[in-house]
Amino acid sequence: MNRMFAIVEREMRKFFRSPTLMIMSLMMPILQLLIMGNAFGGKIVGAHVAVVDYDHGPEAVKIREGFDAIAVNIKTFTTVEYTDENKAREDVRTGKIDGAVIIPAQYSRRVYAQDAPRIGFVVDNSDLFTSGSLESEMQALVTALTTPVIQPRVATAIALEIVELYPYVNYMKFLLPACVALAMYISVMIGGGMLYIDDKARGVHEGYLVTPITRLELVMGLNMAGAIKAVLSGICLTVIGSLMAGLGVIFHPEADLELLCLILGTSIAFNGMMFLMMVRVDDPLVPRAMFGVLNLLLFYPSGAMYPIAAFPPWLRAIAIVDPFTYCVHGFKSILLKDGGFVAIRYDLLFLFVFGISTLLVATPLFKRTL
Amino acid sequence: MTGTIQSISTNTSNGAPAPPIAIAVENIVKRYGTFEAVKGVSFSVADGEIFGLLGPNGAGKSTLIRMMTTLVPITSGNATVAGHDVAREPDAVRRVIGVIPQALTSDPDLTVEENLSIYAKLYSVPRAEREKNINEVLEAVDLVKWRGAQVKTLSGGMRRRVEIARGLVHNPHIFFLDEPTTGLDPVSRIAVWEMLNHLRETRHLTMLLTTHYMEEADKLCDRIAIVDHGKLVALGTPIELKQSVPGANVVEVHFDREAEQWKARLEGMDGVTSVQAESAGFYRVLTSSGSRTTMQLVELAASLGETITSLSVQNTTLDDVFVHYTGRQLRDEQVKAPVFMMPPRPGAQP
Repeated sequence: MNRMFAIVEREMRKFFRSPTLMIMSLMMPILQLLIMGNAFGGKIVGAHVAVVDYDHGPEAVKIREGFDAIAVNIKTFTTVEYTDENKAREDVRTGKIDGAVIIPAQYSRRVYAQDAPRIGFVVDNSDLFTSGSLESEMQALVTALTTPVIQPRVATAIALEIVELYPYVNYMKFLLPACVALAMYISVMIGGGMLYIDDKARGVHEGYLVTPITRLELVMGLNMAGAIKAVLSGICLTVIGSLMAGLGVIFHPEADLELLCLILGTSIAFNGMMFLMMVRVDDPLVPRAMFGVLNLLLFYPSGAMYPIAAFPPWLRAIAIVDPFTYCVHGFKSILLKDGGFVAIRYDLLFLFVFGISTLLVATPLFKRTL
Repeated sequence: MTGTIQSISTNTSNGAPAPPIAIAVENIVKRYGTFEAVKGVSFSVADGEIFGLLGPNGAGKSTLIRMMTTLVPITSGNATVAGHDVAREPDAVRRVIGVIPQALTSDPDLTVEENLSIYAKLYSVPRAEREKNINEVLEAVDLVKWRGAQVKTLSGGMRRRVEIARGLVHNPHIFFLDEPTTGLDPVSRIAVWEMLNHLRETRHLTMLLTTHYMEEADKLCDRIAIVDHGKLVALGTPIELKQSVPGANVVEVHFDREAEQWKARLEGMDGVTSVQAESAGFYRVLTSSGSRTTMQLVELAASLGETITSLSVQNTTLDDVFVHYTGRQLRDEQVKAPVFMMPPRPGAQP
C-alpha cells in the first residue's frame, strides 16, 4: 500500500507544482459557463420594428400604444415609422430593421364590424431566436387586444394552469451541470491522460518498473491520483459555478453530500475510461489528438446542451453508454432540482459500475514491462 | 573475428578461490518478431566488479541490461542476478538492484529530496531508515546542499548524480547503469567516473554499465564485454583485450598526398600487423614496435620523396580492439544509422 501511496504522492506534488495545469483545467469550463451562460441565456432587447399604418383609426392607435408600452417596459423592441410597405419589407430583408407591422386600411372599421380584422407582421426568420421573440410579443399583444374588456360570468374556454415546480432556471444555471462535468473531464484528460503518456515517453515509468511495485499498486496509484485531481476540480467548479449562477443548493449539507458522491462517481468513471483508452498508448500526441474528438463524442450526446429525447436513435445509443449523460443528469437533479439521493441513485450506480469495470479491464492490459 | 566470442579472462590464475558470482547470463536471446536483438550472449560478473558492455548504438547493450533488470522479457536463455532467476523471481531481483536508465527520469518538478523519498517508499525502505539513507546518498553524490532544489533547476551533470543517488537510496547490492555519462560534458563525465569508483569502494557495489565511450570503459571497468550486432565478440580486462590484439603500438601517419600502393608498402614493413586507411594519405598502422616502424616510415618517405605532415605513436586502444574484433571502428558505427534502436522512447537521450 505504501508504494501505491508513493505514486499518489508523486502525482499530487507534481500537480500542485504546476499551477498552469490546475488553472487550465478550471478556466475553460468557468469561461464557458460565463460566456455561454450569458450569450445564450439573454432575452431580445432593443430590436427595431417598422410600423406602416394605412389605417390611422382608433384601433390602430390602440396597437401603437401597445408597442409603446413594450418599448418602455420589457424593451423587446422599439418602433420606427414607415409610410411605404415595400420599403419596410426591403429593410427587413437587408437587415436594417428586424420586423415590420402592417396595419391595413379599414382595419379599425373591420374590428368594429367584427369582419375578420388582420394585421400583417413581416419577420426575418433566418434568425429564429429574434423572430420567435418578436412573434411571441406580437401574439401576446394581439391576444390582449382581442380579450373582451368585460369578462363573461361563465367561462367557456378551456384554461391551462401551468405550475412551475422550480424557480426560474436561466441559461447559466442550466449550463452549470455540463460545465462541472466538462471541468472534470478536462482535469482527467490533462492531469491523467496527457501527463501519464508524457511520463511514459520521458521514461519516468521505466523508473517505476525497476522497483518492486506491483502492477495493481501502480495502476491503483495512478488512478487514485487522477481521481483526486478530478474530485478537486469538480468541487472547485461546483462551488464557483453555483455562486456565479446564483444557486444556493451548495449551502445545504445534505445536497453537498450528494454532490460529493456524484463528483466521486464521475471522477472514478472518467478516470477508468481514460486509463482504459491510454493503457497501451505510448505516443504523447495521441491523448492530445483524442481530446477534441472525445469532447465532441461524449459531451454533446450527454444531454448537457439539448434533451436526449430529441436525438435520433444512434445518438441516443451513444448517450446510454456515455458516462457524461449520468454525470450531467445527476448534477442537474441536485443543483437545479435538489432531488436527493432518489433522483441520482441510478446515475451513481452507473458511474461507479462503469468506473470499476473499466479499471478491471484496464489492469490486466497494463504492461509491467517495456 | 566477428561472430566469435573471444574470452580472454584469466581470473583464477593464481589459484585463489573465485569471488562469488553476482550476475550470470547464459545464452540469453531477445527477439522482436523476426529481428534478433540479442543473439545468445553469455557472461558472468563477479561480486564487487565493475563490468562494462561496450558497443555501438543498436548493438543490443540496452536490451541486455533491460532483460537483466526485468524491464524486457527474455525470449530464451537464463539470467540470474544475486542468485535470483530474472524470469522466475523478478520481484526478488528488483529488490537487490539499483538501475540508472539511459534517460533522465527523475521528476523535474519535484525536489531532489522528494524524488529520493518517493523512490525510497517504492522500495519499501522503512520510515526509520529513509531519512538516513537519503542523507547518505546525497553525501555520496555531493548533492547535500541541493536537496531542496527542484530537479529542473540542476545542470545535466547534477541531474545524472540525482539519478545515481536515486538508484542507491535502498542500498542495492548490484547497480545497473545504462550509458551513465551520455550527454555529459567531459568534466561532468570524469566527475561521474570518480563518483562511481568511490561508490564501489565505499559500498562494495557490483556494477554493470553499458557505454559506447572507449575511454569510459577503459578507465572504469574491471572487465569489458564487446557487443556487436547482438553478439558478444570479446570479453576480458582492458589490458587483456589490448594484449589480445597483435601489435603493441599504433602509429598514425599523415602523408601530404595519397601515393600509389601506400597501403601495400606499409603492410610490408617489419612488425606491422595491420594497416587501416582513414582518409587520403592518412593511415593507422598497428605494429609490434612503434619506434622501429617510425624509423622505417621516415626512411620510406624520404626515399620516395614524399612528405610526412604528422606522425604519432600510441599504445593500443580499445578502439583498436574493437576494430580487430569487428572489422570496423566504433566511432564510425556511431555516425552511421543504427541497425536497431530499442525501444522507441521520445524522451530518451540520443
